[in-house]
Amino acid sequence: MVTWIDIDAMAARIPDGTRLAVPADYSGVAMAATRALIARGARGLRLVTVPTSGMQADLLVGAGAVAEIETAGVTLGEHGLAPRFSAAAKAGRVDIRDATCPAIHAGLQAAEKGVPFMPLRGLIGSDLLAVRSDWHIIGNPFAGGALETGDDPIVLLPAIRPDVALFHARWADRSGNVWIGRRRELATMAHAAATTLVTVEERYDGDLLADETMAAGTLPALYVGAVAVAERGAWPLALPGAYAADDGEIARYAAAARTEPGFADYLAGTPRRAA
Amino acid sequence: MNRFAPTELLIAALARQVRGLGHVAVGNASPIPGAAALLARALSGDAMVVSILGSQRHNPYTDGGRELFDCAGQGRLDAFFLGGGEIDGQANVNLVAVGERQAPQARFPGSFGSAYLYFVVPKVILFREEHSRRVLVPRVAFVSAPGCSAKGIHRTGGPAALVTGRCVFAFDRARGRFRLDSIHPGHDRAEIEAETGFEFDCLPEPAATEPPSDAELALIRGRVAGELAETYPRFAARTWNRAA
Repeated sequence: MVTWIDIDAMAARIPDGTRLAVPADYSGVAMAATRALIARGARGLRLVTVPTSGMQADLLVGAGAVAEIETAGVTLGEHGLAPRFSAAAKAGRVDIRDATCPAIHAGLQAAEKGVPFMPLRGLIGSDLLAVRSDWHIIGNPFAGGALETGDDPIVLLPAIRPDVALFHARWADRSGNVWIGRRRELATMAHAAATTLVTVEERYDGDLLADETMAAGTLPALYVGAVAVAERGAWPLALPGAYAADDGEIARYAAAARTEPGFADYLAGTPRRAA
Repeated sequence: MNRFAPTELLIAALARQVRGLGHVAVGNASPIPGAAALLARALSGDAMVVSILGSQRHNPYTDGGRELFDCAGQGRLDAFFLGGGEIDGQANVNLVAVGERQAPQARFPGSFGSAYLYFVVPKVILFREEHSRRVLVPRVAFVSAPGCSAKGIHRTGGPAALVTGRCVFAFDRARGRFRLDSIHPGHDRAEIEAETGFEFDCLPEPAATEPPSDAELALIRGRVAGELAETYPRFAARTWNRAA
């Protein structure tokens, strides 16, 4: 049975050193839980962005919570480069495991199938292979050549098995079934992770799996460890279908986070919960 | 006063690159390519399928972030727009960093889907508004995605063109070189040579980039601006004084 907890208890379920999968800005980012994680002084997180991130990763990196980040990109989008991520990269403070979007999706897909790796086209000739010693090239065994020297080389990516997947969604029902709509990468993340923590706008009155219309967009509770209610829990980012991004707040962050003192002032002056 | 803004010329020029195609996708932080794809769709009588990353309304996928890439891997995606922190004369693209790996001078956001899509999308249109020696370099510091591949590497796609704030280059995959195809109004060949860090071929008389027609301008400022504002509210507000 899924437990309903508050967001501080949720942050406590993400211990230092957790390999933590988080979604891209368009999928429902658990920003209230992220602020709780920073407030509890999290350290040494191994972030996996699925497949990219923005303000969430920048906040966590700026707060010193991140040891390693596997990502296809970190950017504030219309608000420019992610300033704390860029500064940490230049100072060599964070281990950046550069990837490409479909490699992250494929690694999670391997994990959800319980297989050790997944092949992916492309990549050969990219310097990503030089910086990712965990990615390997083999010959396609179905093309007739030898594994080491085959005529059709293809890259194998290791399964990505996060300890925790964390995201924000609109509804969860009493049993902990979570409605994710068409954001199916949230299901992939949850299938791949050992457990999933979800913040939601509100509790759904009813059984999400009892209604075919809702069930098609529902992540079943069997993947979910705990749920917390966080109204406007993606703020200042958008929750697609529910509310838009708070553009002014993201602009305020982008300006403040250009410097380390500005970032510290921003953290100190930002309410934990959405206005 | 000009009939159109430079941004509107770029939108029309990029839209021409994907004219007649069936399925066109736009990636991260790409408002001008996004507008171009939406313009091309409008001009196709909505026959073209367009997906704008981050959009709810202009995005047909229902199977999560993987679906775009799975479509591309099967050959279902005809064109994609790609930017670059650095781009070199062999159409190699760098979206990662400049300088030493452990402590780079500049860190870009990351490779996004480039290291995959560049291989499997038949027509990748490179776009970077800044046309300078800082961006168009002799050799990229990090190859996020290579412009050309050796024989025997699975490659069903690659770069077709590079559009900048000054001109349009076509890419010759067999020769691995860009060719200056057309120059935007207000720019000239000498300036382009001075601002480009790599060697390129040139037609004896490169054309002037075709300006947007009145019909295209009306679509750009009306329907396209409105559709784009959902995903790029700041860009739409800045360019057309338009709210989402």
